[in-house]
Formats: sequence, C-alpha cells, structure tokens
Amino acid sequence: MKNLVEVKNLKKNYGLKEAVKNISFSIKENEILGLLGPNGSGKTTTIGMLLGLLKPTNGEILVDGKKIEDNRIEILKKINFISPYIELPKKLTVKQNLIVYCKLYNVLNIKKRIEYLVEKLKLEDLLNNVTGELSSGQKNRVSLAKALINNPSVLFLDEPTASLDPEIGDYVRSFLESYKKEKKISILLASHNMSEVTRLCKKVLMMKDGIIIDEGVPEELIKKHGRKNLEEVFLKLSRN
Amino acid sequence: MSFIRIYGLFLRHFYLITRSFPRILDLIYWPSIQITLWGFISNFFASHTTYYNNAVGVILTCAILYDFLFRTSIGFNMLFLEEIWSRNFTNLFIAPIKISEIIISLISTALIRALIGLVPAILLTSPLFGISILDLGIHLFFLFLSLYLFGITLGILVSAGLLRFGPSFENIAWSTMFLLAPFGCIYYPIEILPDFFKTVAYMLPLVYIFEEARNILINNSVNFENILNAFYLNGVYLIIAISLFYYSFSKARKKGTLINIGE
Repeated sequence: MKNLVEVKNLKKNYGLKEAVKNISFSIKENEILGLLGPNGSGKTTTIGMLLGLLKPTNGEILVDGKKIEDNRIEILKKINFISPYIELPKKLTVKQNLIVYCKLYNVLNIKKRIEYLVEKLKLEDLLNNVTGELSSGQKNRVSLAKALINNPSVLFLDEPTASLDPEIGDYVRSFLESYKKEKKISILLASHNMSEVTRLCKKVLMMKDGIIIDEGVPEELIKKHGRKNLEEVFLKLSRN
Repeated sequence: MSFIRIYGLFLRHFYLITRSFPRILDLIYWPSIQITLWGFISNFFASHTTYYNNAVGVILTCAILYDFLFRTSIGFNMLFLEEIWSRNFTNLFIAPIKISEIIISLISTALIRALIGLVPAILLTSPLFGISILDLGIHLFFLFLSLYLFGITLGILVSAGLLRFGPSFENIAWSTMFLLAPFGCIYYPIEILPDFFKTVAYMLPLVYIFEEARNILINNSVNFENILNAFYLNGVYLIIAISLFYYSFSKARKKGTLINIGE
C-alpha cells in the first residue's frame, strides 16, 4: 500500500519554543494511524500543520505526493477534520450547515451527498433542528457528517469521542470502522482514549516534547514495554 | 463579605485588560473620540449658526450616509466575528476556500446587510421629516459606492487584525468608525478642524465624500474633483487592506492563531 500522507523532518517553532522537533512519519492508504502523547506533546501542532492551518518552520508534508505548502487548496479538497474544540454555526439548522459545507467543498450532487450522510449517520430527525440546540452526541454526528461531506481520502480526528457518553462513543468508533472499511480512507486519530486507539489503530505514534519517542503496532508496543495495555505503555513513556 | 474574593474577581478582569493591548486602547480612545467629535460639532455650531439655514436635510442626509458606511464596515466585521463566536473558524480555514473568495463573499454579504438597513431608513426620512436623500441625484450613487468601498476597506483591515491578534482585537472592530468620525467631517466642514487634524482628514476619502454631499445639497453644484479624490484614496486603501489581510493570514499560519482563535 502506498503512503497517502508523508511527513518529512517536520519542525515547528513558536518563537524560541520548539513545539515539534524534526518528526517524520507516514500514513498508508486505508490505514488508521494513532497519534498519542500527553498534553503539550505537539499533537495539535502536528495536526495543524497537516491541515495547512500552521506553516512548518522546517520540513515538508506531502498528501498524495503533493506538497501542502505549494498545493494547499487542492489538498484541502481531499482531507477533512473533526475535533470537539470546533463547531458548526450554532444558529443554522443541520441541513443548512451541510448545504453550506457542500458548497464550500464544491460537492456536485448536494442532495445525494446529504441523503447518503443522513442515512449513514442517522440524522433524519435532526435535519431541521438548529445546530446549537443539539446534544453533544447529536452535534458529534453532525460534525462527522460535515467531516465526510467531501468524501475525503484522509480524515484527521482530534479526540473524536471526547465528552461523549460510552454508548455514543462506541457508536462513533463503530461508524469509523465501517466507513473506513467501505471507503478505504486513511485516518489519523489523536486520542487520549487508549482502548479506542487499541481498537481502531493498526499502528501508533507516541509523541512527547515534540518528538516521536516510540511507534509501532499496539500489541507489539505493549509487549516491548512489558505492560498490560496501551494505557500503561502511555503512562510509562510519558513519565520517563 | 470577603475582600479577598472581591479582589480575586477584580484580578480576573484586570489580568484580562493588562494582557491585551487592544483592550487597553479601547478603554483610552472611547472617551477621547467622543470628546473630540462633539467638541468639533459644538465649535462649529457656535461659530456658524446660519450655515445650515437653507438646507434642513443636510445633517440627516449625512447621518444616513455615515450610517451606510458604519453598517458596511461593521457588517463585514460581524461576518468574520460570527465565525469566531460560533467556533467555526477552523472549519472555514480547512475548507478549500481561497482568501480572495473569502473576501469577495464577505464584501457581497456586507453590502446586502447594509442595504437591508439602509432602505427602510431612506423611506422613513421622507414621511417623518419631509427630506429625501434622493435629492442628491445620480451623484448619490457615486457617494454610496465610495462609502461602500471605504466601509469594506475598514472591514478588511479589522478582519486582518482579528486574524493576526485574535478575538482581543474585537473591540477595535466595533469602534473603528468612531475613531475616524472626527476626521471624517461628517457633520461639519473641514475648515473647523485644527491644522494637524486637517492633514489627517485630507488623507481619508470620508472628508471628500461628506464635503461633496454638503456641496450638492447646499450649493446645488457638483465638484467631481471631490468624488474622484475619494475614489482614488479608496483604491489605495483597499489595495493596502487586501495586502494586509494576506499578510495577516500568513502571520496567523506562522503563529498558530488559526487554531486557537475560537478557544
């Protein structure tokens, strides 16, 4: 399988502070890569650079073989992002929000795309509701619909199940698994939920202080560090 | 009653003020601007009591023109601020939308917003005060166009500030128009200003627009030089504002404002 995303010697400084220090990794086609690390380890900065929201101090990011710094708009058409820290306009209805984002992503058959997402994410009853009045779980499904609106090849997920109850969290994880299986998309998942990462990711990167301190298949990492689960590996690495 | 708690809450707001230059500026310039503006207006009416005798609608017409400028500028800023308030900012900037498309979309929407407010105001002045802004004739179009250009220029400049400095720049967004009002000579001719203020005023398109509006209404003549000067200055400032917006976007990508702005 080819590398859909390639990160080479990526570095980001905020003034004198080095947030990301020369990291390299890749995301293969049809792969979910986990990005783990304590707060302040550089995960959000890395995702920001992958989304073109941040300009790297050094290094390069290639999506489908093209440099993001030179082809930002073209690459943004192929990727999308979901995070509990960003929201959709609260005063618009769910349908209005989806239409707006269909337009922004130049979706050709808007009606068909919305119908598909509505069915997939069970949004039928929410379409005419005002987005700001939805529950956290409902908002999360709508945000997922927005994140999939352009049929992305790469999806960046920043704590996609944070603040969700276990049942809705499980629904989101199951949805992501089935959607990835159906569309063969690549996903970068930044999460603090270790069971979620173990369940979804074939490979994980562990970040600390802006560098990748370890990487590999979850089971192998658990074995390598002599721990019972990924959470213990995380604690060991982040405390050392 | 605990003074420590009172002091704690005071500190919460004090820290916020001292950590943000736009907030400090906001506290200082509001009173200064109000005093300056009303000082000039009072001065003018005290020394030129017969100036407006033959043109009752001049002040009202200038008020409507100024309101159009205000609505256009604030309308533009509001659209940008809405994205910050609704925490939709990141979603917008990860969509494949070019900066030029964002600017064009916002200036079109700002026009519609301003017109929604302006049309009822124009319709009301006639039955209520027997005055019609349409007395300015075909030249009204040029004056409105010029005000619209300056309004969106200010809107783009403030939005560039929001991109660069984040939500703390919001207060500036609300008050740019008031900051420029004393120099704009909206309700009084430029002659009333002190020499230094005159120099600044001549660098703004506002003075030419409002001088011309008064000239048409009071003297029934048109000075195209004023209209052309306003357009020339608008062109210069619009180019500067757009360049600054692009520069701010680039800076925001370096500093990380695009990620943190909604938080």
